[in-house]
Amino acid sequence: MKLKFIVPLLLFVALGIFLFVGLFRDPRYVPSPLIGKPAPEFTLPSLQDANYPVSSKELLGQPWVLNVWGTWCGGCRQEHDTLLAIAAQRTVPIVGLNWKDDNALAQQWLAQLGNPYAVVAEDREGRTAINWGVYGAPETFLIGPDGIVLYKHIAPMTMEVWNKEFLPRIEAARAATGGQS
Amino acid sequence: MIRRHLGAVLLALTLVLGGRALAIDTEAAFEDPVLQHRYEAINRELRCLVCQNQTIADSNATLAQDLRREVRDMIAAGKTDDEIRDFMIERYGDFVLYRPRMNAQNFLLWAAPVLLLLIAGAVLFRVIRRRAQEADIEPEGPEAGRP
Repeated sequence: MKLKFIVPLLLFVALGIFLFVGLFRDPRYVPSPLIGKPAPEFTLPSLQDANYPVSSKELLGQPWVLNVWGTWCGGCRQEHDTLLAIAAQRTVPIVGLNWKDDNALAQQWLAQLGNPYAVVAEDREGRTAINWGVYGAPETFLIGPDGIVLYKHIAPMTMEVWNKEFLPRIEAARAATGGQS
Repeated sequence: MIRRHLGAVLLALTLVLGGRALAIDTEAAFEDPVLQHRYEAINRELRCLVCQNQTIADSNATLAQDLRREVRDMIAAGKTDDEIRDFMIERYGDFVLYRPRMNAQNFLLWAAPVLLLLIAGAVLFRVIRRRAQEADIEPEGPEAGRP
């Protein structure tokens, strides 16, 4: 007969736990279905020189970072100094994806604030961004030497995120490929 | 009297007539009404991820405009509705769908109504049977005494 009271109580507690945990989850964070899958390929004009195409294929064989940004994006301004600091470490190349931006404004931004990018691809139409499942800049992807997406960070990059989420994965990816790259 | 209801009447008129003005994507994407209908139907099923509680048909965010363009191009290229949905899911995950599909993660959620109905049915059945047994014994007592 005790069961009659215990079972509903347990159900209630379980439901309560689910709802409580749900309170602290950010609905704006949408996990990327790309993680563990091959990174979408792209060949786009370089921001600085439209005659020089940037191709994702050239980046194979080393871990690299894709950072989606635009001059219209406040969070991108916020993370810019962090990107510069990360670039100064020279761990991996940071490739910029300039998303639906004005070419002149973007170049001016890099000239004024400093350029953390090894190369910047210009995605004026926003099609590459869609292929990568981008929905809100800034977004930062980590791609392994085999071209597999290892991690995605949505929101301005911080040193904390870089040290905690990116660096260990970069080291692991390098160890897996024999420490070559 | 009239003045008291004037506000309500005006509000109703605004809501009824204003609906048209709120349509975001006013220009038809296709001349063919069948294709246009498909285009609108798919747009109403896809979530705009920057403005999460809107569909890409409702939103004028840049991303929603770009995604509508993708949908339009895919319809024009002869893709089926399922192919268009798969295109979006591959990139944005199941969350992009306003009509979620069943998968391993949300299976319990889909099964819950049936499970709860079965449990409730089983409990109800037991309660009724117990009451019926009790009732079988009770009424026969006084009834049996009657001539």
